[in-house]
Amino acid sequence: MLEAALSTDALEPGRRDFLVVAGNAFAAIGAASLLWPFIQQMNPDASTMALSSVEVDLAPVKEGQALTVMWRGKPIFIRNRTKSEVEAAENVNVKTLPDDLARNENLPQDDLATDANRTIKGHENWIVLIGICTHLGCIPKGQAFGDERGEFGGWFCPCHGSQYDTSGRIRKGPAPRNLEVPPYAFMTDSKIKIG
Amino acid sequence: MGGHTSNYVPTSRWGKWMDERLPIARMMKNQFIDYPTPRNLNYLWTFGGILTLILVGQIATGVVLAMHYQPSATAAFDSIEQIRRDVNYGWMLRDFHSVGASMFFLAVFIHIFRGMYYGSYKAPREVLWILGVLIMLLMMATAFMGYTLPWGQMSFWGVTVITNLFSALDTIYNGLGTAIVEWLWGGYAVSGVTLNRFFSLHYLLPFILTAVVGLHIWALHIAGQNNPTGLDLKEPSDTVPMHPYATSKDAVGIFAFLLIYAWFVFFVPDYLGHADNYIEANPLVTPPHIVPEWYFLPFYAILRAFTSSFLGIPLGQYAKLCGVIAMFSAVIIIAFAPWLDTSRIRSAKYRPIFKWFFWFFVFTCVALGYLGSKPAEGVYVFAAQIFTVCYFLFFLAVMPIVGLIETPRRMPRSITEAVLGEGGGGLPSGAAAAPEKR
Repeated sequence: MLEAALSTDALEPGRRDFLVVAGNAFAAIGAASLLWPFIQQMNPDASTMALSSVEVDLAPVKEGQALTVMWRGKPIFIRNRTKSEVEAAENVNVKTLPDDLARNENLPQDDLATDANRTIKGHENWIVLIGICTHLGCIPKGQAFGDERGEFGGWFCPCHGSQYDTSGRIRKGPAPRNLEVPPYAFMTDSKIKIG
Repeated sequence: MGGHTSNYVPTSRWGKWMDERLPIARMMKNQFIDYPTPRNLNYLWTFGGILTLILVGQIATGVVLAMHYQPSATAAFDSIEQIRRDVNYGWMLRDFHSVGASMFFLAVFIHIFRGMYYGSYKAPREVLWILGVLIMLLMMATAFMGYTLPWGQMSFWGVTVITNLFSALDTIYNGLGTAIVEWLWGGYAVSGVTLNRFFSLHYLLPFILTAVVGLHIWALHIAGQNNPTGLDLKEPSDTVPMHPYATSKDAVGIFAFLLIYAWFVFFVPDYLGHADNYIEANPLVTPPHIVPEWYFLPFYAILRAFTSSFLGIPLGQYAKLCGVIAMFSAVIIIAFAPWLDTSRIRSAKYRPIFKWFFWFFVFTCVALGYLGSKPAEGVYVFAAQIFTVCYFLFFLAVMPIVGLIETPRRMPRSITEAVLGEGGGGLPSGAAAAPEKR
């Protein structure tokens, strides 16, 4: 009798099979969904994510000088570029660049990496960048007086030799992308707000 | 565990009572006293024991160091100095732990090269070999996170560079890499939050490592040990009991190794480290020349060999991704050795061509290590690219092809013949105790 019952069971799934499958599936999904808190706890929390913004007074930064400030734990490179530096940045054919996108958080993602798209209109002498090499996250040299600035007069990353031009665009070396331009705006002619 | 029939006889009432409930004494006697080991094992086979000892030592020193260490961005650097200067015997315990990491890798590299030379990865030891590669990966992760803890400049920038490797995934799917990196960091840059979680994982991983080592030893005792001839065990005279034969040989190896270890700890504890790590972490200043610990240098050289071009092939924005893939592949490919090697002969002793390629492979690894310590520019990059190619060709070309074209040397019929010469057999002259009959 037992054998007969088992064989019909195997041929025709009954109510019990349905309950077993549904119950197990429910428990498995429940257990798997418990993983999420364990993964999510490692992401930046709300206090870290709260967009802190910094205001920077640019008045003391003379032409040719640079200033580094911190924003969200990252160094921000600000440089008051000389006329020749601006010209050098403008006279580059965007198509010849390793990365031809502007990487400017104030502009749409697919804008090209012209110097105009990397700066703010009317303040072309100012370049504001996140000072983190896009290769492996080192801080490039070129902010301090007397620093090595590489072949293109911008920034030079000492870790693996990436070279950026005066617009912060990657020109040579292993870095894949241009230095990023953070979201910022001019409050007055000599004051910016980052973030 | 496999091997042989048990001849454990409990002698006391308590022993008998226990044997019927949890036969742990029986297991220990079968697997670590009576266990038949090949009679021809050389000193390269003592590194398994050496590695086990270092693992236990690292956990012991690590647990007590954690009693004094403070895993926070403000206190970590000072607490290490306090351990070295103020804590009783802290100077010694800390150096045993930090030098221990180097010794661990030194021993594991010798252990792996031993396996490659004598073909220990071949059937029936494939799973044993893969578990070994997994152990090395876990060791690398543990050592990397441990190096973060002193929170010096090299710690900070080492973490920055290595965690940023994952951002290479941005070239596959925009934003994916950045999301992973920020998840690892718990912020937008490496910070005290990162240090804290790395401390937690650095404490956890060695216990997972211990579990995998347990599986590694289990798998070893199923297949039995390989030996310098690479021959299977065929007759009782091929083996001697593990104790006292293999254990006393292990003891000699362990003491010799401890001499070297202790010399580093007591005379040059910082020789294998970097002076930059005695400068507290500063997120605004990158040291001019970031180098990982010596044991990561060959892999670091492979990572950096992929600049905007590789041996004339332009890589463009994929340079970083290629470097990252190559570096991880360099470790993973080792696990495939059992299937890449087409030769039926295990030991390189009887493989005249493979033997030369093996030593060239050792040279390749040392050369990559040297290049990893040099700045990534000029001729160093070119040399690193050449040796990166050599590294992968050893696995992808030498292992499959040499096995097919090589004529092996004449091999002895058994381990006994290899030791005693043709017509030999029976007992070794010094073995009056007839160990295999005990």
